Amino acid sequence: MRRVVPIGPYHPLQEEPEFFKLFVEGEKVVDIEINIGYNHRGHEFISPTLTWDQVPFLVERICGICSDSHPYAYVLAVEDCARIEPAPRGQYIRTIIGELERIHSHYLWLGLAGHFIGYNTVWMWVWRYREPLLDLFELIMGNRNHYAINKIGGARRDIVPEDYPEIEKYLNILEEKNAMFTKAILDDPVISARLEGVGILPKEDAIAYGVLGPTARGSGYATDARKDDPYDAYDKVDWDMIVFPEGDVLAKTKVRLLECDESIKIVRQCLKQMPDGPIETRVDEIPPGEGIGRHEAPRGEVFHYVRSDGSNMPVRHKVRAPSFMNLASNAVAVKGYSIADAALVLAAIDPCYCCTERTIVYEKGKRKYTGQDLLRLSREKTEEIRRRYRK
Amino acid sequence: MKKEFSKEIIDEITTRCPEASVKIHAPRRVYIRVPREKVYDLAKFLYEQKEFRLSIATGIDTREGVEIIYHFTFDQAGTYYNLKITIPKDDLQTKSLATFLPAANWIEREIHELLGVDFIGHPNLKPLLTAESWPAELHPLRRDYADEHKNLKMKEKSEEAL
Repeated sequence: MRRVVPIGPYHPLQEEPEFFKLFVEGEKVVDIEINIGYNHRGHEFISPTLTWDQVPFLVERICGICSDSHPYAYVLAVEDCARIEPAPRGQYIRTIIGELERIHSHYLWLGLAGHFIGYNTVWMWVWRYREPLLDLFELIMGNRNHYAINKIGGARRDIVPEDYPEIEKYLNILEEKNAMFTKAILDDPVISARLEGVGILPKEDAIAYGVLGPTARGSGYATDARKDDPYDAYDKVDWDMIVFPEGDVLAKTKVRLLECDESIKIVRQCLKQMPDGPIETRVDEIPPGEGIGRHEAPRGEVFHYVRSDGSNMPVRHKVRAPSFMNLASNAVAVKGYSIADAALVLAAIDPCYCCTERTIVYEKGKRKYTGQDLLRLSREKTEEIRRRYRK
Repeated sequence: MKKEFSKEIIDEITTRCPEASVKIHAPRRVYIRVPREKVYDLAKFLYEQKEFRLSIATGIDTREGVEIIYHFTFDQAGTYYNLKITIPKDDLQTKSLATFLPAANWIEREIHELLGVDFIGHPNLKPLLTAESWPAELHPLRRDYADEHKNLKMKEKSEEAL
């Protein structure tokens, strides 16, 4: 018999309001319907009413976690349109902030994933080392979030040489701790058993749905805007793209953990190579034309398209966040798994949890499962695996 | 592989569609204007035989009509091949790519509600972003939106919609 399990509208997945209708037969999910649009704020409509230099502050507010990636992609698009060569020091600053942001975003996901499967130690550990990173942002740019570092032609703020030792100090701690998390999480047989083979997204479907970022790289599809279409300092430093072919939640976790190591590598090299000089070039006007900017945000490639008619405002500004593509792929990834896995799979693409509290299952007008129950179901499954390993 | 556009792919596109006009903006940014009848076959060819990925599509309201840009990307060379079509305003329709390409599904729904383009053959053209009570004939990204929406009222919110 088919029943409907609604998840939403403030779904599991953190601050993003979305609504999933799971069609279940017994415990098994057989179909899914995804509704979005609860957070539609009309950025593409507002953007053409602002000047070129005002838009970064608008698009910065699209996402609270990766608030650097949208303005980053936007300034790259405008620079592509007007053929502006940004100042080298500005390029390095943008790269450093972009990579530090990747670490803090991946840690947020790891912590929440740990919490959800009943590993609160993982959650507390990971967030313990995420916090100093936000303090570091405050030190460099004055804000823990919404740092407003991107500007057409370079960066808005300099990283002063007195701050280098602080960044180095943090990176040293992080390198050690990230190795510890990686070992602790990947060597734990219970976590592996809990995440392995859950929510598999095959490579063909990954390409067909056009998924991006860790979701694609965890499915064996090697796409990364930093490697494919190198911008700023990414082709001047040495780093590797992390790809795993399995396509399950464990592969996506591995990609995120190992990517943090690569980010540390990139930031270190950038600090070493950072050239002196101005942080921005002078931009007089944006000529008519069109430009595309792509930045690899923590969740995948952010795409911005701008068109100019030579005035001081864009004519059209198209924004495509990675989750727009990744969310739709849940239609494949969640089918055939149990309700206990569903919220984890839906979260594996990293729009993230939190709103699990709002999940309610109604049967004949009576409340059957709440968000707490989903959390309990998920933890019970982990506990069951744990027991099996103890024997 | 060299990270720039490939002449062979552009040649293949122009032999399949002789009317195409190609503009190379940068080594990894190519814009190709094609007639709207040809875009379905070209997209199918690029996706199925060349393993291109559909990044997204952009709809723009211009004087000549509604312009749609399909941003295809070839990840091995990191190049964006953008197929541009213009749809006249008195005949706002084109063939849907969602029939063979799931990545086009949501963005076509978005363009349908924000710009009012009909995608023929789309499996599910329900509004994606706007609220359920939003009037279907009102398209926020059209230039005449400001004049139009003075005369329109939001539909009464139904109990179900809440």
